[in-house]
This record gives sequence, structure tokens and C-alpha cells, in this order.
Amino acid sequence: MSINNSDKQKIVVVGNGMVGHHFIDQLVKNGGGDYQIVTFAEESRLAYDRVMLTSYFTGNTADDLALTTPDAYDEQGVEYHVNQQVVGIDRGAKTVETASGDIISYDKLVLSTGSFPFVPPVPGKDQPHIHVYRTLDDLDQIAESAQSSKIGVVIGGGLLGLEAANAIKQLGLTTHVVEFAPRLMAVQLDQGGGDLLRQKIEALGVSVHTEKNTLEIVAGQDCRYRMNFADGSFLETDIIVFSAGIRPQDHLARINDITLGERGGIAIDDQCVTSDPDIYAIGECALWDNKIFGLIAPGYAMAKAAVSHLTGGDKTFKGADMSTKLKLLGVEVASIGDAHGNTPKSQSYSFIDSATGVYKKIVMSRDGKILLGAVLVGDSNDYGQWLQLALNSIELSHPPEYLLLPAMDGEMSSAGTGIDALPPAAQICSCYDVSKQALCDAVAGGAHDIAALKSCTEAGTGCGGCVPLVTQVLNSELAKLGVSVDHSLCRHFEYSRAELFDIVRVKKIKTFEGLISECGQGDGCEICKPVAASMFASLWNDHVLNDELVGLQDTNDNFLGNMQKDGTYSIVPRIPAGEITPEHLILIGEIAKEYNLYTKITGGQRIDLFGAQLHQLPPIWQRLVDAGLETGHAYGKSLRTVKSCVGNNWCRYGVQDSTGMAIILENRYRGVRSPHKVKMAVSGCARECAEAQSKDFGVIATDNGWNLYVAGNGGMRPRHGDLFASDIDDQTLLRYIDIIFMFYVRTADRLQRTSVWMENLEGGLDYLKEVVINDKLSINDELLAQMAHLKDTYQCEWKTTIEDPQKLKRFSHFINSDKADDNVTFITVRDQINPSDKFALATEL
Amino acid sequence: MIDKTTWFDICPLSDIPKNTGVCADFNGQQVAIFHLNLTQGCHQNGQGSAVKAVDNFDPFARANILSRGLITETDQAYFVASPLLKQQFCLDSGLCQQDESISIATYQARIADGVVQLRA
Ligand code: SRM
Ligand SMILES: Cc1cc2nc3c(=O)[nH]c(=O)nc-3n(C[C@H](O)[C@H](O)[C@H](O)COP(=O)(O)OP(=O)(O)OC[C@H]3O[C@@H](n4cnc5c(N)ncnc54)[C@H](O)[C@@H]3O)c2cc1C
Ligand code: SF4
Ligand code: FES
Repeated sequence: MSINNSDKQKIVVVGNGMVGHHFIDQLVKNGGGDYQIVTFAEESRLAYDRVMLTSYFTGNTADDLALTTPDAYDEQGVEYHVNQQVVGIDRGAKTVETASGDIISYDKLVLSTGSFPFVPPVPGKDQPHIHVYRTLDDLDQIAESAQSSKIGVVIGGGLLGLEAANAIKQLGLTTHVVEFAPRLMAVQLDQGGGDLLRQKIEALGVSVHTEKNTLEIVAGQDCRYRMNFADGSFLETDIIVFSAGIRPQDHLARINDITLGERGGIAIDDQCVTSDPDIYAIGECALWDNKIFGLIAPGYAMAKAAVSHLTGGDKTFKGADMSTKLKLLGVEVASIGDAHGNTPKSQSYSFIDSATGVYKKIVMSRDGKILLGAVLVGDSNDYGQWLQLALNSIELSHPPEYLLLPAMDGEMSSAGTGIDALPPAAQICSCYDVSKQALCDAVAGGAHDIAALKSCTEAGTGCGGCVPLVTQVLNSELAKLGVSVDHSLCRHFEYSRAELFDIVRVKKIKTFEGLISECGQGDGCEICKPVAASMFASLWNDHVLNDELVGLQDTNDNFLGNMQKDGTYSIVPRIPAGEITPEHLILIGEIAKEYNLYTKITGGQRIDLFGAQLHQLPPIWQRLVDAGLETGHAYGKSLRTVKSCVGNNWCRYGVQDSTGMAIILENRYRGVRSPHKVKMAVSGCARECAEAQSKDFGVIATDNGWNLYVAGNGGMRPRHGDLFASDIDDQTLLRYIDIIFMFYVRTADRLQRTSVWMENLEGGLDYLKEVVINDKLSINDELLAQMAHLKDTYQCEWKTTIEDPQKLKRFSHFINSDKADDNVTFITVRDQINPSDKFALATEL
Repeated sequence: MIDKTTWFDICPLSDIPKNTGVCADFNGQQVAIFHLNLTQGCHQNGQGSAVKAVDNFDPFARANILSRGLITETDQAYFVASPLLKQQFCLDSGLCQQDESISIATYQARIADGVVQLRA
């Protein structure tokens, strides 16, 4: 397998865990073909993602977790031996010896042997069904034990112990955690945080026993084993998993007189070189500045430093931040920096919301300006931001309590702690040591989306915790570069709706096929088809059920009615301004009675008839059309209603004929299709009974004319309209609405109401006034002509439909039978029909 | 019992506007039939018209409405989007794109001499 090429330096890597593999990966990438690499793995497989170990019980397979494959190593020319422990080193001869007796020479040796789980010397620990939690093989054994077990105990309530508890719980066992210290995660959390974590974990059904010292493990009565504790209490269990800490795997160094720390660990310098200049140690087996680092990010940083030293670079390892953010048993937990407040004269502040189970503690410098450390339990959203504050010693402009209080979020962002406040050297991704500067450079170099940024910097490809921050850097840099964020409408068009609208308008495109061949790809989807239909309607105003257009219509336009949850439709005739004659009222009542429809006055001052089946729509509309009623477009992204008050016709306060103006508006704009629905209202005086300020276009009478408000919204996110013009006459009012309406149709995004459009319009209201009142863009004539065209080509869509036998064919439940849908059945509620209960409630729209 | 080898006439292809669906009564079963007419993408039947058939019943909304849904395309696979709650079902496999534990029945459909035919 190995070709001994004497030109190449031979690097032997002992231990193919996460860090050993990372070293190899980096050396292959940075060292060109100059090295011959050999690696020994004691485990039965090559490196896998140990951080994600527990996911092995929740769906990930060993292959999913693998960090490399035999094929990949073959391709990179890496020689590998699995199931092969290295048992000795001959430093003089520069060789290693394997368990099977092979001797392999090296030029440089890398020890990346990781750590092993510490099992305290409790009598009875060496029995079957007693495990540790470190490798995939351990997990296989635990799973096997679980099959014949009901109860499981994890000894150790630290980070790994809680992971193990999660795994045991996933296997369906009653789960206990036994901890020697007075709280969970004693290393990372303070008492307050530990207590809350305990509460949350117990709420999930895991029993927690703190301050328990296990004396012995003996045979149990109800279960396999009984654990006897120092305080006289005991616990019965079928499985035990030890997770009482890890110890550096320094055996090889120990037997070869390589310098170790007092309490173990292979001592290394900033280049990760051990006391033997030809031997490196990296990862959890290494000891730097008398510290062991039990996390993946420092291990990767060591691997990089060692590769750099080997290849003549100057990257060093200078220690690492041990902040962590985890989700344990579904509970978010994070700890940053000096979480215990060990810094002299530091001050702590904490915040507990017991209702939602959130605990936050911050440790501040003496002057309260610099964040030194923090603990978060239950909600770790602040982690990324706070970590940056602490790592970069950023001075806070607000008092410390602002960090803790949830309601202060908005103010905090203005307090200069946003992503732009971070120095270029700030480390954004700790897994791969990626600085803000490196991200900015990558963006400048063309990485314009998250996927590209990830693949060229590796940021975000480890634990993933930094992705929100990486995204913030990306967006901020894109904005600075003036690069627009991707506005592609969907996978079929790389254009925004506004751009497509111009293409359709200028090239006079009238069909979807035409649009696709002009500037798209594929056959369209639920996003682009209705957008195309809407644009064609706004520009050319052909009947929406024409052959070329019908396949593009979304649910409601498709059959000119709003589909209800049982597949029936509602019928809404237009009642301009809410003014209706008794004859029309009676007709609507008669139809409702005859077809047994549910009748309701809508919030838009008209009448809705519910429960009509597909085949009933044409005959019902025939009756309405015959009597002079028109479609109300309740189904269209188009003008809905123009709400009115009674105005000066009757009202003692009214100063103008608001009902008359509302009718003029409704008849002028009926049927005009737009990016989203458009609502209007006219009130007869400042008392505003028509609620005009909550409409897309709101008109309020004044002594001298009308005030026009634009971009109001009711609904999900109410917004009061902006006053666009005051005391204008009828002609000016119509002119302004014509122009604004068409400008909105041309430039808005899909499904964007005028309110959101206005908020995103660069220059806002002032710009809009420039465009409309001063014709800044010189497009007003065009917009007015466009609106005139729509007005001239208006047709009642239902009238046209019932006159066309071909179109009517679709209005039947079956294409090959006259039967109705026997699944549609009603119940009676308050003397009217309602859909029967079997229809699911809408959970999304 | 439906004979699995015989094709049944449903309607002339011209009764189904391009890129829309209709519901057919197929021996008491409600079947949604879609008339794909694709100028850009390629599907098994090449360019031009093809028909696909799936159950008309929407398992999420529990209503007989899928024939009235919009046809969508992703990577040259074709789906119908439910007109009510918008879940998408593959017209070839019946599998729901949003929830792979749900699928609907599919039927064999073809165009013979301008007539749409179904087979169980
Ligand atoms: C029937 C009616 C409720 C009623 O029983 O009164 C109604 C019913 C529906 N509304 Fe509404 N809205 C009705 C007045 C309103 C109003 C009040 C108004 O217009 O003065 C509002 C708030 C004002 C506004 O829009 O700014 C309103 C805000 C919404 C919204 C939220 C819009 C928003 O911008 O946040 C939706 C959802 C959407 O459009 O995306 C919605 C969507 C719907 C839909 C279309 C949902 C759907 O797709 O099935 C409902 C179907 C109507 C049908 O089947 O006929 N409806 N809806 C009202 C019909 C008025 C009419 O005569 O056309
Ligand atoms: C359940 C679990 C969850 C974790 N969660 C996180 C987390 O969320 N965040 C985080 O940062 N870290 C986490 N860690 C820690 C992280 O996995 C370790 O820091 C990392 O794996 C250390 O890498 P390493 O290469 O140094 O050691 P290891 O990955 O342990 O690899 C060492 C390898 O060397 C082999 N070996 C040892 N001696 C020999 C020999 N003589 N010959 C041949 N092979 C040998 C071992 O069998 C092993 O395969 C977690 C660990 C566990 C177990
Ligand atoms: S808005 Fe004024 S005119 Fe209209 S009904 Fe109310 S009080 Fe009367
Ligand atoms: S910090 Fe873990 S992926 Fe970036």
C-alpha cells in the first residue's frame, strides 16, 4: 500500500479522531504533495464527528457522521490502518510499533490520541451493562444493553453526562443522572443556572440526584444493579454509563519520557511541538500552558498550528476560548468566558424569568463597561453577540442591565454593538478560526451567499453556531459593496417581480411560455405562475380564464371565487361603496334561500354567500348578472372594496359626498389586478367613520376638497396611511390615485401590500411625491395611459364566463358525469349551513 | 371490480385546458387528471401534451379538490399544489413534498386518438 518515496517527508499520525483527521486534511491542502502521510486508528473506523455522537440514536448513521472515507484517503494518497493501536515509539530510531508488531519509520510523529473516559475506582464497575460514552462502538453496546433494560443511570452531570442521559432517554429507558457536585454542569454554570437547568431537565422526565457519591455497585433486587451512595441512600438500575470526566490519552508519551504535565497531558509549545522536536501533540491529549482543551475548536486550532510549523508557516496556538453553546435534552445552555466571576472586583448581574424558564447572568468588569463572562440557560439567542462583546472587550455604551432585559433589544442594536462594531480581527467562527476580516475578504472576492461563504472560508461548517453572525457579516458587507441581495423571484426566474414587469411591458409578452423563453427556465411553479398571471392582467387585461392564462391562476382566480375549506366557493357580488337597492338585496336573499347558502355581511360592506359548489356557480352568477350585479373580485389580488360612510347626503357633520366619491373610485378601479389586494375608503369628514386611514388609499373629506392618505393597512400588521396631499379637488384626487396605483403595480414585490411597499421604497413618501406630483421620472403620462387602458378594457369576469360555453365546461365537479361531490355535506348552525366537522382547519395559508 | 388491463375513455383531451386539471369519475373513484403541455422542460413523453392522474382527495384538507390545483415544476419533476393548504404532490409518485410520510394514489393515464384514458 505504501510507496516509500524518499523525497517525501514521512508523517505518521497516531490516532485518527477529529483532530488527527483535521491535521491530515490541512496538511494535504497546504503541503501539496510533499508529504507521505500514514495514520493509525485504534477504532474500527476512520474519523467521525464525535461532537454529533448522540445523533446516532436519533437518525444519523455511522456513514452520516463520517468525516472522511477510505476512498477519500486513497485519493489523497493517505495511508491508513484501522483497528491498529500504536503501542510503542522508538525515538532514537524514529519508528513506531503497532499492536500487531509492525514497525513503521517516521520523519515527524503526530500524537492525536484524544482522551479516554475516566471511570472512578468504584467497586463493581467492571461488570456487563456498565459503559462509557465516547465512541460509536460504545453507543452500539449501550443500545444492545438497553434492549434488556428498563432503567438507566448516568454517573456525571456534566456536559457529556447530560448528552449520555439524552441518549438513554432516546432509547426509551427511565433515566437518572447522578452527580457528585451540588449542581449540574458545575464547570460551566453557576448555582442559579444549574438549578434552572435541573428544573428543566426534570420536567422532561429525567431524575437528577446531586451530591451523591457512589460507593459501590452491587446486585439489585428489582433491577440488575443497585448503586449504594455515601449518604446511605441507593438507586436501582439496569444500565450504568460512566461520564465522570475525561483524561488525556498520554500513555505513549508517558512510556517514552516525553514531558507530561503534573496531572497528565502531553506538554506542547505554541507550535504544538512536544519535548521531542520531531514529535507533535494536538487535540485533547495535548497540554498547553498547563491546560487541557476538551473542545473541538481548540483541537482544530492546534492542528492548524502544527501544519503551519511543519510547512514553514508562522501560525501558532495561543490558547482558546472555552465558551460553549449547547442544546442538552432540548434545553439551550451557554457559557461565555469568566462565567463564575473569578476576575477580581468583577460584578455580576442576573435575570430569571421563571415563567418561561430563562436564566441569564453576566459578569462585568469593575466599571461595568466590559462583558467578561456570561451564563445562559433556556434561551441562548444572545450567545453570538455576547461572545463577541466579551472576546473583543467592546465597551458598552449602555448600563449593563440593558444586556439582560429582553425589551431593550431594539435599543441595544442602536447602542453600537451591531456587527459593524466588531473589529476586523474578531473571531466569528471559533470552530474554524475565521475572523470577520476573512469573511469580509471572501465577500469582496465574490462569495455573495451563505453557501459560497461557507465553502470558501469553512465558517459555519462546524458546530454551526456562528451562522447567524456570519449571515449578518454577509448582509452588512453586501450592503456596503452595493451588491443587492438575491432578488430572484423563484427557481425559474433570476429576476425580481419589478424587473419581470418591465420585461413583460417592454417586450409585450402575453403568455407564460413567452416569458419563460425570454428570461426564465423550466415550466414554472406556484410562485411565478400567479405572478405572471397578475402581471399579464395588470398590463393587458385579458380574461383570466383564457386558454393561455387559466393554468397560471392560483386557487381563487382559478374559478372566480374564494375556495372554502370543503372545496365549495363563496360568492361576493360587487356592491360599490356598500350602497345597495332593496331589489338587489331581495335578489341576493332569494338566491341564498334557493341554493341554501350561508349568508354573511362582510367586513367590507357587502354580502358574502358561502357553500356554493362548482357546478352551482354559473347559474347563480347568471341570475346576479341578469339583475345588473357584477363580480366583486373578492377572489382577486385586485381592488376589493371602497368602503364609505354616508357622508353629507344624510349625516349632519358631512362636508362632502363620500358615498358618491367611493362609488366613483370603486367603478374606476374595479378589476385592476395588482401585486396584492388593494382596499380604499372614503369618509365624509374628519370623524372618519369609513376608517380610511387603514386602507391602501384613504380619502377624507375636508371643507375644501379631499385629503388623500396612502399605504395604510389593517390586517396582520396595521399601519396608518401617510398623508399624501391635502384639500385636493376630484380631478387631482383621481389623477394621484391613478399614478400611485400604477406605480405600485409596476414596482412592488409579489404579495406586497402598499404599506410594505412604501416602507421599502427608497426615499419613502417624499420620493413618491416627487414622482407623482413633480413627475420626477417622466413616466406619469405612461402610468395614466396604462390605467385608462385598464378602465376601458374592464369586463365583468363572470359575465364573460357565463357567455362562453367552452369556459363553462370547467365548472362541473366531474368532467365525465353530472354528479356532484358526495363528500360535501353540511350541518346546521344558527339556522344556516356550515361545512361538516370533517374538514380540517387551515393551519397555513 | 376494475379490470386492470383495460383502458377506460374519460373525455376528449380538448376538454382539459393546457396545464390544468379536471376530476373524473373513474368507476366511482374521484381521479384528478392533469393535462401537461410543456414547451420548455422535458418529461417522459417529450414535448407537447401528456396526461397524469392521481387521487382527487387532498389528505390534508380532507376535501376532493386536487384537480383544481396549480401544476408546478422542480428539476423537471411535476407536482400539483393543493388549492387549499398548498402542499405539493408528485404527479408521478403521489408523494407529498412537504411530508414524505404522506402519499396519494396514482393512476395510469394516456392520450389515445385525442381521448384521455385511465387504467387502474
Ligand atoms: C369575507 C371577509 C370576512 C368577513 O366575513 O367579513 C374576509 C375574508 C377573507 N379574508 Fe379578509 N375578509 C374580509 C375583510 C377584511 C378586512 C376588513 C376590510 O377590508 O375593511 C381586512 C383588514 C383590512 C386590510 O386588508 O388591510 C382583511 C384582512 C385580510 C388579510 C390580511 C391582509 C394584510 O395585509 O395583513 C388576509 C390575508 C391576505 O390577504 O394575505 C385576508 C384574507 C381573507 C380571505 C381571502 C382568506 C382566504 O384566502 O380564504 C378570506 C376569504 C373570503 C371569502 O372566502 O370570501 N383578509 N379582510 C371580508 C371580506 C370583505 C369583502 O367584502 O371583500
Ligand atoms: C458525546 C460527546 C459530545 C461532545 N460535544 C462536543 C461539543 O458540543 N462541542 C465541542 O467542542 N466538543 C464536544 N465534544 C468533544 C470533542 O468530541 C473532542 O474535543 C474531540 O473529539 C477531540 O478530538 P481528538 O482528535 O483530540 O480526540 P478523539 O476524537 O477522541 O480522537 C482520538 C482518537 O485516537 C485514537 N487513539 C488513541 N490512542 C491511540 C493509539 N495508541 N493508537 C491508535 N489510535 C489511538 C482513539 O481511539 C480515537 O479514535 C464532545 C465529545 C463527546 C464524546
Ligand atoms: S365620517 Fe363624518 S360624514 Fe361620515 S358618517 Fe362619520 S361623522 Fe358622518
Ligand atoms: S463556530 Fe462552530 S461552525 Fe462556526
